[in-house]
Amino acid sequence: MNIPYLTSIVIFLPLAGALLTMLSRSESAIKWSALGVTSLTFLVSIGLWMGFDPAISTSMAPQLADMTGSWFPDMFDIKYYVGVDGLNLLLIMLTTLLGPIVVLSSWTYIGKSHKPYYTLLLILQTGVTGVFASYDIFLFYIFFELTLIPMYFIIGIWGGENRIYAAVKFVLYTLVGSLLMLVALIYLGYAAGDAINAGVFTTDWFKLVAFQMPVDMQSWLFLLFALAFAIKVPLFPLHTWLPDAHVQAPTGGSVILAGVLLKMGTYGLVRFCLPFFPNAAQEYAMMFAVLAVIGIIYGALVSRAQSDAKKLVAYSSVSHLGFVVLGIFAFTAEAMQGAMIQMINHGISTGALFLIVGMLYERRHTREMSDFGGLAKSVPVLTFFMILSVLASAGLPGLNGFVGEFLILIGSFKSTVLDSLFLVALATTGVILAAVYLLYMVFQMFWGPLDKEENATMKDLNARELVLLLPLAALMVIMGFFPAPFLAKSEPAVQDLLQKIETKRVAAALEAAESDEMTQWTPDAESVGVIEEIVANTDSK
Amino acid sequence: MDLSQAYSMMMTDLGATLFLLIVAVSGLVLVVFDAFKPRHVATPWIAGLALSAGFVIEMMSIGAPEGLAWYDMMRTGGSAAFVNSLVLGSGALSIILTVPYLKKIGHNIGEVYAMILFATVGMLVLGAANNLVTVFVGLETMSICLYILTGFVRSESGSTESALKYFLLGAFSTGFFLYGIALIYGATGSMEFGAIRIAAEQSAGVMFWGGVSLLLVGFLFKVSAAPFHMWTPDVYQGAPTTITGFMSTASKAAAFAALVVVLWKALPAERWADVLAVFAVITMVIGNVIALSQQNIKRMLAYSSIAHAGYVLVGLASGSQAGYSGALFYLMVYTIMNIGAFGVLALLEWDGKEGSEQTLESLAGVGYRKPFLGWTMAVFMFSLSGFPPLAGFLGKWAVFAPAIDADLVWLAIIGVLTSAVSAYYYLRVLVVFFMKPEGENSPMAEHSFDIPRSSAAVLIACVVLLVVFGVTTFALDVTSGFFAADTVTQFLG
Repeated sequence: MNIPYLTSIVIFLPLAGALLTMLSRSESAIKWSALGVTSLTFLVSIGLWMGFDPAISTSMAPQLADMTGSWFPDMFDIKYYVGVDGLNLLLIMLTTLLGPIVVLSSWTYIGKSHKPYYTLLLILQTGVTGVFASYDIFLFYIFFELTLIPMYFIIGIWGGENRIYAAVKFVLYTLVGSLLMLVALIYLGYAAGDAINAGVFTTDWFKLVAFQMPVDMQSWLFLLFALAFAIKVPLFPLHTWLPDAHVQAPTGGSVILAGVLLKMGTYGLVRFCLPFFPNAAQEYAMMFAVLAVIGIIYGALVSRAQSDAKKLVAYSSVSHLGFVVLGIFAFTAEAMQGAMIQMINHGISTGALFLIVGMLYERRHTREMSDFGGLAKSVPVLTFFMILSVLASAGLPGLNGFVGEFLILIGSFKSTVLDSLFLVALATTGVILAAVYLLYMVFQMFWGPLDKEENATMKDLNARELVLLLPLAALMVIMGFFPAPFLAKSEPAVQDLLQKIETKRVAAALEAAESDEMTQWTPDAESVGVIEEIVANTDSK
Repeated sequence: MDLSQAYSMMMTDLGATLFLLIVAVSGLVLVVFDAFKPRHVATPWIAGLALSAGFVIEMMSIGAPEGLAWYDMMRTGGSAAFVNSLVLGSGALSIILTVPYLKKIGHNIGEVYAMILFATVGMLVLGAANNLVTVFVGLETMSICLYILTGFVRSESGSTESALKYFLLGAFSTGFFLYGIALIYGATGSMEFGAIRIAAEQSAGVMFWGGVSLLLVGFLFKVSAAPFHMWTPDVYQGAPTTITGFMSTASKAAAFAALVVVLWKALPAERWADVLAVFAVITMVIGNVIALSQQNIKRMLAYSSIAHAGYVLVGLASGSQAGYSGALFYLMVYTIMNIGAFGVLALLEWDGKEGSEQTLESLAGVGYRKPFLGWTMAVFMFSLSGFPPLAGFLGKWAVFAPAIDADLVWLAIIGVLTSAVSAYYYLRVLVVFFMKPEGENSPMAEHSFDIPRSSAAVLIACVVLLVVFGVTTFALDVTSGFFAADTVTQFLG
């Protein structure tokens, strides 16, 4: 299958759909057009999956790429450059898959102002897809910021009690990080331009990867980039915006937030931080790994202490994404592969958990776990999906969560960069803790006596809810039993990326060692003699 | 030079400054016209058409090479034409917004339009000056008209107070400015920019740098940079809203343009870059931090305009061609955003001077009552806080990137951090508009907030321009051609 501009179509179709919802008059027209557009986008994006050949991507060449000339010829080498490779294909697919699911989940949940809600949702999808598909870091930055505006309104207008605080906190946290990244990005662009692009500022990803940056320049640039992404992930101790945003956001917003927005952080680390600044990344790898493990355990413990089901799921994200960060900074192929697949897994299983909690909230208008109990008897189908998602999220073998966590852990054990069995062993306890808090939630809400009238008369899933949960549930099982086709898509790219990182790191380290020797070398008596002899010889000739 | 030669030269110069002639003559005509036909419908039309005609003429000469007119007193074409179109465009849009606004507050005075025209004349002279005397004449013409425009609603004590405050402080700063000119003239024996530079490069003593410092104080006052910003909040809040929109954009653009040209052509660059960087930091921090605590949108926007002056100073501090042209681009973007924001405010206020009684909170939920005003305001606020893909982002890029290129990374970092602070108060406007429910007995209930077609068209135009300049780069391409190094030598002869 070879459709021109396929990647661009997948990115901008939702934006075109936003125009459609904006012009629609009636409530049902708005909803149906939003659903139609997102479904169509998903169908089109299957073309990306079919058209992508992982075998070609060993050289990290983007496939199905669209590119324009520079926007500012002569001054800046900044251009529209998008495409698909092993690193972003699965994330783009996850985004397009969640699109129609989020629209369906909002069908009855959103009670007011339908038009702006669905319009913003579609703009958000364009932003997220663009973030993943960009090969120009300036373009990436534009899409990255573009996701803030719709999310700000989605939390702030359709959110819960404390929505304003949560929305503003969300924006400010992200903005501080991304603006500092902008400064680093501009500096990097000039430095790379002077070195390899004939003095023309450049933000082309391939040129920046090829740019051999001196080691002493890497540290602060790396930290500014990593800060922006660590806030987005969120890495402990920068995570405090996440529970607020998650709890206050409407279900659809939470699903997007957990499913794809957080992945922009981990994806940014993989795509930009590691290949741009390999020496600094390895230097600080231990720090990030320690913070990740603290996040894993802290997130799990705080989850256990929650009485609100949605808060519990929100904190579980902190824990789960700690695994992803650990995998990224292990610098082994297994761990990196695990991190890639765990990003997808987390999007699917946590997305499903948020959907189910949202459905319960729609029925009971409460999320306190103590208000539920014995739901297994009254809503068996919902209970089935809940338990499946919980087990997937807890990493039960045979379901998708296991694959990612297992790969990350064995990769981290093997890692020579981290080289700390204790740390990885500590991370492993996170898997056990996940089972503890998630099953605790199931016991509280679904087992036990059915002693409340409202719970006994609760309606089970309707057709719409079934339709939106089924694909996620199917993926949990398929990716659990047959992870190979998914892993195969990213494997060559991951191998190649690690190879590039290592080559670049060694070259920069050598260069630094050489220049160190040059400055520190003071001639001793013997070499002074040799030099004098040479000078004398030259003079006599 | 014989008479016919002088005559033909005069005609050439008149042709080159035709826009100025049109606006000035129309202003005079308006004064007379209004005396015979007070409050006639045609008055704003004449003013608007004059400004539009000037705008079209100057837009067409942006591509022309930089040149000089009137015995090297004024510059034409290139960057001068760009700033002139900015000023004329801002004036024309402000007049469209002012007509319904004056009717609403019941002060439909014809002289207002004449004053806007005269103020514009001052700004045009200021923005196109090539000589310190021209700068001074332009600055004073502009300022005196603005003092009057600030205080023309005589029944409002706030308006009168702010006019008096503006006048006294403005007169004081003019003193600094004039003294600076005198010292520079004493040190270099010239007031023409190029000649000053040549003399200063040969010998620049205490007298010269003292003069430059005083000159800078005068400029920093006019562009409301901290610590010379004290007048700004009071004046912007007290002045009639659409006039504030005009004042905060056109006068700032003209004063900054003059400052850029003085820095570029007259002053040896190395010495003052650090000074400007320090002023930029103070201005950005003070503007953004104090804006956080404002309860009144107009006052908040006044502090925000101080902060934006700081961003422009960042561009100037880099001291490069890219920095200067980036500053001009930023001024254009800022003009569009602020005209729009004040335009929305003018439609939303009900006590005639959104200020003493009307706070931000009293507009809770207005985004639902008037979605058009709410969502256009959202665009302006996001652009002011610098979110892509709106033009505000590209503007910030245009001033911060040259600073980073000039190794002022610390300045850029402070700049982006303060701009993250600014996001808080810009977003607060949207919080109140969209996320807070309308109160039980909100005073808003008694008001219908009619949106005249003309105002709506201006707001839509501003939104479209912000999107267009945000996703396309031709405007940035145009400005980046200004201030090329070879034009300096051309002026220096």
